[in-house]
Amino acid sequence: MSIRKQKRITSRAIGLAALVLSLAVGATASAEDAKTQYFPLATFRVGAYASSGIPVWAGEIDYFRYINEVEGGINGIKLVWDECETNWEVEKGIECYERVKAGKNGSPVPIFLPHGDPISKALTEKSVADKIPLVTIAYGRTEAIDGRVFPYSFPVVFSFWSEASSAVNFIAEKVGGKDKLKGLKIATVYHDSPYGKETQVPLAHLAKTYGFEDIQIPVPHPGNEQSAQWAKIRQLKPDWVFLRGWGVMTPVAIKTAAKVGFPVDHIIGGIWSGSEEDVRPAGAVGKGYLAITPFPAGANFEIHQKLKKHILDKGLSDLKDPKSFGSVYYNSGVDEAIVAVEAIRTAQAHFGVRPINGEEAQWGLEHLDLSEKRLAEIGATGLQQPLKLSAKDHEGGGAGKVLQWDGEKWNVVSNGWVKSDRELLLPLIYERAAAYARERGITPRDATN
Amino acid sequence: MSFFVETFIGGLLAGVMYSLVAIGFVLIYKASGVFNFAQGSMVLCAGLTFVTMRDRGIDFWLAGLITLTIMVAIAIAVERVVLRPLVNRPQITLFMATLGLSFVIEGIAQIAMGASVHELDLGIVDTPITVGEVQVSQFDLVAAATAGVLVIALSIFFNWTRVGIALRAIADDPLAARSIGIRLQTLWQIVWGVAGFVSLVAGLLWGARQGVQFALTLVVLKALPVLIIGGFTSITGAIVGGLIVGASDSLAEIYLGSLLGGSVSTWFSYVLAVGFLLVRPTGLFGDAPIERI
Repeated sequence: MSIRKQKRITSRAIGLAALVLSLAVGATASAEDAKTQYFPLATFRVGAYASSGIPVWAGEIDYFRYINEVEGGINGIKLVWDECETNWEVEKGIECYERVKAGKNGSPVPIFLPHGDPISKALTEKSVADKIPLVTIAYGRTEAIDGRVFPYSFPVVFSFWSEASSAVNFIAEKVGGKDKLKGLKIATVYHDSPYGKETQVPLAHLAKTYGFEDIQIPVPHPGNEQSAQWAKIRQLKPDWVFLRGWGVMTPVAIKTAAKVGFPVDHIIGGIWSGSEEDVRPAGAVGKGYLAITPFPAGANFEIHQKLKKHILDKGLSDLKDPKSFGSVYYNSGVDEAIVAVEAIRTAQAHFGVRPINGEEAQWGLEHLDLSEKRLAEIGATGLQQPLKLSAKDHEGGGAGKVLQWDGEKWNVVSNGWVKSDRELLLPLIYERAAAYARERGITPRDATN
Repeated sequence: MSFFVETFIGGLLAGVMYSLVAIGFVLIYKASGVFNFAQGSMVLCAGLTFVTMRDRGIDFWLAGLITLTIMVAIAIAVERVVLRPLVNRPQITLFMATLGLSFVIEGIAQIAMGASVHELDLGIVDTPITVGEVQVSQFDLVAAATAGVLVIALSIFFNWTRVGIALRAIADDPLAARSIGIRLQTLWQIVWGVAGFVSLVAGLLWGARQGVQFALTLVVLKALPVLIIGGFTSITGAIVGGLIVGASDSLAEIYLGSLLGGSVSTWFSYVLAVGFLLVRPTGLFGDAPIERI
């Protein structure tokens, strides 16, 4: 090789290196300069489940706006968000995640909210690789409670196992104690999908522990015809029905139950069978229907007064239908936003006041302590249950309130938050997480760090 | 035994509800040989329009009339914009056009009327009637009676009116029908309009059953095996196919469900339909095409 050619190659290499370096420096500068915290929202405003989703995003966006408008952001770091439509479909959810995971204008993604049980399950391993926490409030993989195996999955607040256990404990409350559960028949009418089947293991375990009979009745998707299932209910004569539906399945179940004469006040809907959208289409026969939820309905919480004053009354709300203010789904969005904001706040206290990235947000989530005091400061007492997360416990709460539909609105009928038997179920959850780790060759993290 | 009878009757009545949707498919297939993929969207659109009118305080019958007018307007628009430019194109082209049409109707309906779930109260009492040890749903009986009236009305329309006879002529041989002066476009508009009316009836009954919501489009999932079993060209076949599908699904769910892991009714009627395809490809009442070679 001639000296001239060597010089040419060397100068090109230097030029290329300078270009790469300048791009890298530029990117770093951009990330450092970012003054906003980015929240990508996977939403489904069209399609079969749009009616459930629209109030959720409204609650979430209204709370984010409130943080920006009233508090000037999280310690001065303003929140920015944009939406990508998933239609509640897995492939679109993954495409959405891939599109947003790099952040926006230098602002990193601290948390991804998949808004869909199948989407969250599909993203479990990607989120670990990308170090972006998935926060799945009241849905998602239950064994992800074990953060040693699932470091970036956070089924925060109320897992499906806690849902089942709290429902059983509410029945115990109604019949006069857990010892009275013995001999009862509890039928679970469930959406025949991985989501629907998620409570089979804990219910079998609880049935063995307390001596009730556990009956499982699947309903095929979408659940718009259930005469056979409810004929079976009429034949088996359970004392209580635990309804784990989704979408159209719930109103059809309530109506069909009425047709076969099953008392609606002995049906306890699960989290995703317990919204206004679920029970209103059932009409008059829905009166008396019960539902267990971590998102109690109501617009009288202190935070709602603040949202009304600063967001709704100023025309800044994302809510198109004012009737949905304080609905179960709206409140679920507010709850989700509170958890996300408080996790960022916790991370900022540790890493410094600046936009937080996924790895730092994971730390923030694992050190999140939403105490009664903090909830009172936010104005969310009664709306959100106290929550303390750790590497060994990505759920934190595990309690729900039981609501009853009076034909117009939900009323809380349980004695406050109905706790689940977490101590009883956690060993099983850890066993399942360990089995998952063995199957995938994952070495669990040391939880003491 | 009473449980078996109750399950069987419950299944038959559920099947009638599927028939109501299947009749809409049959009407369009009879007149144009097109499997109208947009039928489910038309059911949603009709139900959503009606309930939106009712929510705005419009009288029941007036709301029905306005909805019917809108469905007829959609029928005319479909014929003008979608079908007319595609005359003489292969059947698959028309089928794909209806596929696209379904998304357009769903999208426009949701943009115009929102995605909320609506309650629809038709004033039909839904307490069960007990005969011996067997309970029967009053609502389902009313739905079955409605389907019966619809079948009789459509049979009279197709067999005893000039328009009906012309439609049958088009179905038999469109070219021959046109050569004797039958106006294809007008008749397509009429048949799509009648399908719109059937969609309205189906939308009201299904909407009263499950609420008016996007999931109404999913009721067509069960219309396909109904059509295969009953035959694509027969309204009577749609009813009989619906009864077979409804009863067999219910019985299979109860008696085979626990043996086969549940949710048998998702696929059972499709297996049955495949069986019919193998033994009787035109279905129980469908017309076997006879062509000169």
